[in-house]
Amino acid sequence: MSQPVSHPDPTAAPRTSSEGPPSLIRATGLRKSFGDFEAVRGIDLDVPAGEAFGFLGPNGAGKSSTMRMIAAVSPPSAGELRILGLDPATHGPQIRARLGVCPQEDTLDTELSIRDNLVVYGRYFGLPRSECASRADELLRFFQLQEKARQKVESLSGGMKRRLTIARSLINQPDLLLLDEPTTGLDPQARHVLWDKLFRLKQQGVTLVLTTHYMDEAEQLCDRLVVMDKGEIVAEGSPLALIREHSTREVTELRFGVGQHESLAERIDDLAERVEVLPDRLLLYTDDGEETLARVHERGLEPAAVLVRRSTLEDVFLHLTGRTLVD
Amino acid sequence: MAVVTSGLAASAARSRWSPSWRMVLRNYLVHRRSKVFFLTGFLEPVLYLFSIGIGVGQLVEPFEFNGQLVGYAAFVAPGMLAASAMNGAVLDSTFSIYFKLKFEKLYDAVLATPMRTVDVARGEITWALLRGGVYSVGFLVVMLLMGLVDSWWAVLAVPATLLVGFAFSAVCMALTTFMRSWQDFDLVTLGVMPLFLFSATFFPITQYPGVLRWVVELTPLYRGVVLCRELTTGAVTWASAVSVVYLVAMGLIGLAVVSRRLGALLLR
Ligand SMILES: Nc1ncnc2c1ncn2[C@@H]1O[C@H](COP(=O)(O)OP(=O)(O)OP(=O)(O)O)[C@@H](O)[C@H]1O
Ligand SMILES: [Mg+2]
Repeated sequence: MSQPVSHPDPTAAPRTSSEGPPSLIRATGLRKSFGDFEAVRGIDLDVPAGEAFGFLGPNGAGKSSTMRMIAAVSPPSAGELRILGLDPATHGPQIRARLGVCPQEDTLDTELSIRDNLVVYGRYFGLPRSECASRADELLRFFQLQEKARQKVESLSGGMKRRLTIARSLINQPDLLLLDEPTTGLDPQARHVLWDKLFRLKQQGVTLVLTTHYMDEAEQLCDRLVVMDKGEIVAEGSPLALIREHSTREVTELRFGVGQHESLAERIDDLAERVEVLPDRLLLYTDDGEETLARVHERGLEPAAVLVRRSTLEDVFLHLTGRTLVD
Repeated sequence: MAVVTSGLAASAARSRWSPSWRMVLRNYLVHRRSKVFFLTGFLEPVLYLFSIGIGVGQLVEPFEFNGQLVGYAAFVAPGMLAASAMNGAVLDSTFSIYFKLKFEKLYDAVLATPMRTVDVARGEITWALLRGGVYSVGFLVVMLLMGLVDSWWAVLAVPATLLVGFAFSAVCMALTTFMRSWQDFDLVTLGVMPLFLFSATFFPITQYPGVLRWVVELTPLYRGVVLCRELTTGAVTWASAVSVVYLVAMGLIGLAVVSRRLGALLLR
């Protein structure tokens, strides 16, 4: 493979502005089609070095399709994409050498032991054996898999497999870590251990890109996120900014009898900026939840249960995508 | 900038061949403890040699091959050598590759690293060749002990079997990338059986009537069998080079197809 004389320099990638940190991912008009179906419909991204960036979106929104393009394992159908300043079409191996990838579905080597999974994966990156071995042991310890080191993958539980996949993505000490639903299937303790690890990696300057269906995870981890729906980006910003922009300060949740929500919504929809009707409750978006609740009572309605709370990302998600059921 | 550019190019060039060895290493780690796995490949041609070469051979008078008088066992042995190289390659590059490709998702994981599809293809083929090479050496030693080797040329029979292995594993791996279910593999068996039986493995090509003889001469295992036989009996001519070129070309075409197909299947 002959190198073009002036290919981009990965260590001094293009800059977002003249001062800002270099942008590790830059996409313009990025599209992905599978046959006639367009999974990603022209998105723009710019992720500067050191940022923790998140994708939110309902099932089928195109998050994984986008992640695979960023991982340089899926050629874009249209648009421009630069990762670490390089074009994945021509510099795939160089890009992938500096990425850590945790795919949505575990792709562990079921014929190897758990420790060998890490060691061999390190060898795929061209790392020397001793280096792979010491990193593997360290990662096994960190992700609490060391007792299982000699066993085969099939002896692991679902959450342990997930942990091993995440551990594997760190074997090459990546500059850019791509995590597609990393914590799905993890128990709460393992999730917090992972969050802690991600915080530390971020402090060391590693850029994080993740998708998740857990709003608390997105709020905790991400400096900035985008909400995707049907292949497009429908909102972008920090978790706080998104809440401020797309929701009210507070939410009053009302629970009535089964099947009553639809009809009751009409009687109170002037009490809030916006009313969402869910199968099991009504959400009233308002700046003062208690005040709104008092009004509801004034109209002679007696909900079976009430809750006044602050707006969360979940509300933003619901508003933008029209869905709550995210799994 | 220029320094970085040339540095990158140099590191890419230096590691041009090594990535496929990482795939070989992975396979070695998987199989290092399974003795049965290694034994079967060695036993198959030896059993054929005893049953047909020696057993049936007692009923056959020595006959002329390429102007030399050869015993039946010495005639069949190189045929078994080439045929077992084919069988080993077919086995290694069909079922196990299909399993890794469709069920284990091994290559999805591998291709997320700096490894490329061509590294995967070369690595898997190299692994099949290494295994086949060990068997070939073992079989050649058996032939030597039984006095079935007539020439120093026989040393080159090992690389010849590697060529057979290369050609068949590359092409079968290419076919495997087109398979949609386990049933499709029956087609491979259907193709391999007649090759095994009719590629002048058990009887000389001169037994065929005119046209049929030409057809057989064009088939790949026949090229491997004559090549091995010319080497172990010492009847090497310039015509042997035809077989070499044939097998190399077949392997290279298969390799190119595998790399492209892996890309089409996995890098979507
Ligand atoms: N290889 C493929 N062939 C055909 N269609 C595909 C392929 N991969 C994804 N799709 C389609 O593209 C759309 C987006 O899929 P994608 O996996 O990117 O969604 P997602 O946002 O990751 O969803 P989830 O939250 O369920 O993981 C879906 O409609 C899916 O059916
Ligand atoms: Mg997904």
